[in-house]
Amino acid sequence: MQQLSGSSQVTIALPKKKKRPPLAWVGQGFFIILGILVAVILISNLIRQPTLFAQFFISGLQLGFVYAMIALGYTMVYGIVKLINFAHGDVFMVGAFVSYFAVARFRLHQWPLAAFPQISPGLGVVIGSITVILLSMVICSALAITIERVAYKPLRDAPRIAALITAIGVSFFLEYFGALNFVFSPRFIPYERPFEVVAWYIKDGIHLIKPGEAPPDGAITFSNILVIIMIASILVQIFLQFLVRRTKIGIAMRASSYDKPAARLMGINVDSVISFSFAIGAAFAGLGGVLYAIAYSSIWTQLGILPGLKAFVAAVLGGIGSIPGAFVGALIMGQAEAMTMGYISTPMRDAVAFTILIIVLLIRPTGIFGEPEKEKV
Amino acid sequence: MELGFLLGSIVKIIGILAYLYGLLWVLARPNRWVKIIGVIVAFGVIQLALTNIGGFQLLTNFDSGLLFQACAMTMVALGLNLIYGFNGQFSLGQWGFYGIGAYTAADITYRWVNGDARGLLVVGFGTILGGLALIYIGRWLKRFRGVPVLSSFTLYLIGAILAGIVAVYIGNALNPLFEPLLGTNLNPGVLNSPLALQIVFFLAVVFAGIFAAEVSFLFGLPVLTLGSDYFGIATLGFTIVVNVLMINSDTILPFPEMKGGRGMVGIPKLTTWFWAFFFMMAVIIIMRNLIQSSTGRAIISVREDEVAAKAMGIDVAGSKLLAFVVGSFFAGIGGAVYAHFIGFLSPGTFGFLQSFNPLIIIVFGGLGSMTGTIAASFGWIFFLEGLLRVLLSQMGTEAPTWRFVLYPITLLLLMLIRPQGLLGNIEWGFLKQKEVLPREIPAGEKPEMAASEA
Repeated sequence: MQQLSGSSQVTIALPKKKKRPPLAWVGQGFFIILGILVAVILISNLIRQPTLFAQFFISGLQLGFVYAMIALGYTMVYGIVKLINFAHGDVFMVGAFVSYFAVARFRLHQWPLAAFPQISPGLGVVIGSITVILLSMVICSALAITIERVAYKPLRDAPRIAALITAIGVSFFLEYFGALNFVFSPRFIPYERPFEVVAWYIKDGIHLIKPGEAPPDGAITFSNILVIIMIASILVQIFLQFLVRRTKIGIAMRASSYDKPAARLMGINVDSVISFSFAIGAAFAGLGGVLYAIAYSSIWTQLGILPGLKAFVAAVLGGIGSIPGAFVGALIMGQAEAMTMGYISTPMRDAVAFTILIIVLLIRPTGIFGEPEKEKV
Repeated sequence: MELGFLLGSIVKIIGILAYLYGLLWVLARPNRWVKIIGVIVAFGVIQLALTNIGGFQLLTNFDSGLLFQACAMTMVALGLNLIYGFNGQFSLGQWGFYGIGAYTAADITYRWVNGDARGLLVVGFGTILGGLALIYIGRWLKRFRGVPVLSSFTLYLIGAILAGIVAVYIGNALNPLFEPLLGTNLNPGVLNSPLALQIVFFLAVVFAGIFAAEVSFLFGLPVLTLGSDYFGIATLGFTIVVNVLMINSDTILPFPEMKGGRGMVGIPKLTTWFWAFFFMMAVIIIMRNLIQSSTGRAIISVREDEVAAKAMGIDVAGSKLLAFVVGSFFAGIGGAVYAHFIGFLSPGTFGFLQSFNPLIIIVFGGLGSMTGTIAASFGWIFFLEGLLRVLLSQMGTEAPTWRFVLYPITLLLLMLIRPQGLLGNIEWGFLKQKEVLPREIPAGEKPEMAASEA
């Protein structure tokens, strides 16, 4: 016994300083070269044609703010139920279609002028457009709650991939059911806007572009839709921050995302919290859908697939589960896409999103704002 | 007419399932000669039904088309089942590898019949040199412990690109030797004879499969380290990127003969029942032997529990990569067979929405069931493409769209009611795992051991 205890005292090797893995410089060098290449392309173009660069930047902003609205839904749902809600992009599409029918078929945007002819036309258009947007948001929320109750809730305890396949199924169902003639239609539909687009150009001050008039060379143009999208997106962010930080349901959401069984023990109705987060994400997606349709003025039933996936990538980039992260990630995604369209090639705009996804997950899997997650055994 | 068609189709579906059952039964016989004769008979039966004997042909051209499509789909779905069903990696990239295989093989034979040997030379040398480069880099990397994935990926990528450049030079240098032998399209040379074309077709299919496998190796190495559902999204992105490249193959990529979004026409229709059957049987046998080997058990153990598998000393990352590469190889072969059957490739075939077909098939057939996958592939093609498309198109212009509304509903119901697939993990005949009997202890040994212990 004594011998044993004596021998155990001899030496316990102190943990050495963590060794750098061999050949790590090769991978780091590859990414540094890649980064330098991107930087060189961007800076050389910025110096050569600053106005063109600014124009791409503005179109990137417009895309990025739309993606920010969609990404919120992904990040909230993933934060709570750890499910990639594949159908979110199609909810976005439904939002665009609801507003199309409200405007083109039922003339809902003109109700203030029809009901109260004495109010000013500007105010009437504003109230009418807001009504259309609210209608889209409400219908999208209802749709999302239905999807959640019918398709996802029975699979709450199933493997994650089963839920993902179900989500893909729901997404397909919405796309193809929408493609039936009596629902929406399989064709591209020109979108009728509830209000007129007004564009300005910046060159020696801000000037209005009159209809039928081209802006002068070297001017940067932007439209009122960009302004509206930016304002709406920022308002949504502030609202959601307030909701999550200051209200009771926000606390319940955070608690459910942290630990569902414990939240249930504390008297939180986790199911209704999940439904609520689905609903609120879908409402923002509906808002995004209406604004996207107004901005790009052509809709069809597969409209939502790629913006949805890109918004998901944006949420991953910012750190999934984090609301400011989704916002920042979406802005970066929008810029990346616009710059790819401008300086590399237009078709590769879809490729860049997934390249970013892979690079982010390899270098920093938790995203920019994410907290490291421990693997439970 | 309609009732007759319906009954005929149902008989065909039942017949094909019985045929598959018989094929797998005969392969399970212990005698080697019985197996070989059984396979030849199985091949001959369909070949006989496909030949026109005195104006009578049991299986029409429509049916043979369905048959070839089903064979191609079986290969793709088996590959996906290896990746997802057996190894548990949720991949949506299978369709991308299918497309890569189809376009690669089609480009080789298209160029060959038009008097240009560069397709075969470049792809052949490229895949062989690339494969050698990957193998030697892999061996060299084994000297180090704990090399980061990004570094090994960078080295592999550099190796593959260098091999590709060398292959292009060799191809351009050797092409003039082949040109006089190939002749032109109107005036075919020696190497353009039907027999030579069959050999070129075989090489094209194999090279297309290897090329898809090498691409999947390079792509899978970094991506397989991501989590399960991130891996799904990344592979979905791969499919989308491949499709974008196909649409722009004449502008972004330097392949004017692929004609971008208009589709590639004029691919020689070389797929015969012999080749379709041959490649399908090869895929089935390779995969069955892989699954029943110790490597296959390692692959399955990764699906069951990664941490436990690692604790048992299984190379988890290596198993995942192996399953992914082999699955993509099968997809590439399937794509090559499909391309030479249809004779026309359009990027729309390899789009985002079609990429879910193999997934739906393996979910129907049962995850981790080869029998289920094979039966579901044949059933899927014969039922949906053969029967339902014809019936629905007679019912009205809009009815075919309903097909696509019914898929997701069935998928949803299946996930909710029976998530393990229709057949679960039932296997037939040849594909059944052999029962491992406990080793019998010879009589008389046991008491001695007991005595020695005491």
